[in-house]
Amino acid sequence: MIRTSRLPRISDKIEVGMAWLLGFLWIAPLVYVFWAAFREPAVALTLNPFQGWTLDNIESVWNSAPFDRYFQNTVLLVTGLATTQLVLGILAAYALARYNFPGRDILFAFVLLQLMIFPEILLTENFRLVSNLGLQDTIPGIAIPYAASAFCIFLMRQQFKAVPKELVEAAEIEGASRLETLWKVYLPLARPTIVAFGLVSVSFHWNNFLWPLVITRSPESRPVTVGIVRFLSPETGIDFTSLTAGTVIVVTPLLALFLLTQRQFIQSFMRSGIK
Amino acid sequence: MEREHDSPTATAGRRHPDEVAQHDQPAFAGPRQGPLHHLRRIPNPVFAWLLMVPALVFLGGFTVFPAGSALWNSLQEPGLDGGVGTAYYEQMLGDAVFRRSLINNLLFSFITVPVSIAVAMLMAVLVNRKIRGRGLLRLAYFTPAMLPVVAAAAIWLFFYQPNFGVLNTIARWLGFEGQNWLGSPSTVLPALMVMMIWHQAGFFMLFYLAGLQLIPPELDEASQLEGAGRWYHFRRVTFPLLMPTTLFASIVGLANSFKQVDFIFVMTQGGPNNASNMLLYYIWQTTFPQRRPEYAAAITIVLVLILIVLALIQIRLFERRIHYR
Repeated sequence: MIRTSRLPRISDKIEVGMAWLLGFLWIAPLVYVFWAAFREPAVALTLNPFQGWTLDNIESVWNSAPFDRYFQNTVLLVTGLATTQLVLGILAAYALARYNFPGRDILFAFVLLQLMIFPEILLTENFRLVSNLGLQDTIPGIAIPYAASAFCIFLMRQQFKAVPKELVEAAEIEGASRLETLWKVYLPLARPTIVAFGLVSVSFHWNNFLWPLVITRSPESRPVTVGIVRFLSPETGIDFTSLTAGTVIVVTPLLALFLLTQRQFIQSFMRSGIK
Repeated sequence: MEREHDSPTATAGRRHPDEVAQHDQPAFAGPRQGPLHHLRRIPNPVFAWLLMVPALVFLGGFTVFPAGSALWNSLQEPGLDGGVGTAYYEQMLGDAVFRRSLINNLLFSFITVPVSIAVAMLMAVLVNRKIRGRGLLRLAYFTPAMLPVVAAAAIWLFFYQPNFGVLNTIARWLGFEGQNWLGSPSTVLPALMVMMIWHQAGFFMLFYLAGLQLIPPELDEASQLEGAGRWYHFRRVTFPLLMPTTLFASIVGLANSFKQVDFIFVMTQGGPNNASNMLLYYIWQTTFPQRRPEYAAAITIVLVLILIVLALIQIRLFERRIHYR
């Protein structure tokens, strides 16, 4: 014991130091961009905190595009999608978890395969398909390829599998129908998983870019990630004001939501990782 | 048993206890007269299929169907009266940009994923112990993963700028010459990789934190009693026990690295000279700016095949895990 007691103490210190160094490296870029976004361009890159603060950068970027509309579109998109995915996913997962029906295992394998193949991979064909449905440049057009989420089905199925048989039988004895059993027995037990998936879905679609870029043209339907890009990387050359201010604008709402509910958020992501 | 339950007309002699309970207690007769009353007569297998249908329509409609139509389109011969053929695939074999994109994509995947995973594992092990500021550190590691990729890309674009970028400012302080990180073919891909590792390591860390919770703490105590060092313990106990998590994270990461190209739109547009082009970005380029959807369909098929292989590996792993349970 004597031999080992001194050594771990030094290595402990090294470990703690490493943890903080890594933490600094990971958070510093974001902090620095936030810092620069609120500074006058002339002094933005200096570290003197007593002068040069300004809101002009944010204001000028915010006023040069309809960001309120973009955010409205994003909120509509992510709430609508999370709801649809949960409804469709829960129904399918209930079937997969509770009933033994012909074709079930093939259907489940099919769902697992979909975990990998996302609609944006097939953007050429999906663009044509969604345009033919008359949904080009609309919010439903952005949402529709993602309406059913294989991940949601998978997650809910795992959760439903763990529902105790006794509870289901008790509900049957009380005369509950199959949908009532889902509503009164399965769903209350799955609430943490539902919240977890909801958060994962919201953050995924809040951040999604490529498909919305392809399928939208006008500010009336564009989400904020697409609307912001011309400020992040304009064709006329990158300028520092719009880049940093644009980053702050696109990042802040979700980041605020995340910081307010971080425990729940991290638990949710962890939960969806294990299952 | 459920079958009997579905048919309320069962003869009195063979009545199931449930049925008796229902008839004795009118309070539960309510739902029978509701609008969904007839649903009860549907046999379970049919009911299960009905539940699956909406999800299947969308899953199939926007993945299987377009994959099929991409395959069909890619097999058309160019020209108005061309028949079925492999012209677009032959074109692909001779296409240097396609080859560059594929190689870039493979390099990007097989470097960023292992490095991100190693960093993530390190992060998880570091903050899994009770050290001061643990919650804060977890937050610092994970926050970049919450950002949209376009924002992460913008942050690093800012850092990599040749004139006002932080990286060159630091380099000049240290007496080195500044680089045009995103402008020269030799540094652009590594520069993008750094950005991606920064962005996704925290996400994988969560998988590992979850995985670490499943390791019984007795093993840690046993190692301490034996006087084993932390590194030895990690190598011989923690690392092997985290293997399922590592496999899972690898598959997720690899798949992600083939379908995540948002940062190219912000940082490089595939340049310079296609040095940072990747498959999905090239698909976008051939579809929209170049207007060659049939050729894009052929590249799409290649990408889909890569992802199907990854999916099959994952299903295999998943089945094995179930087997062990």
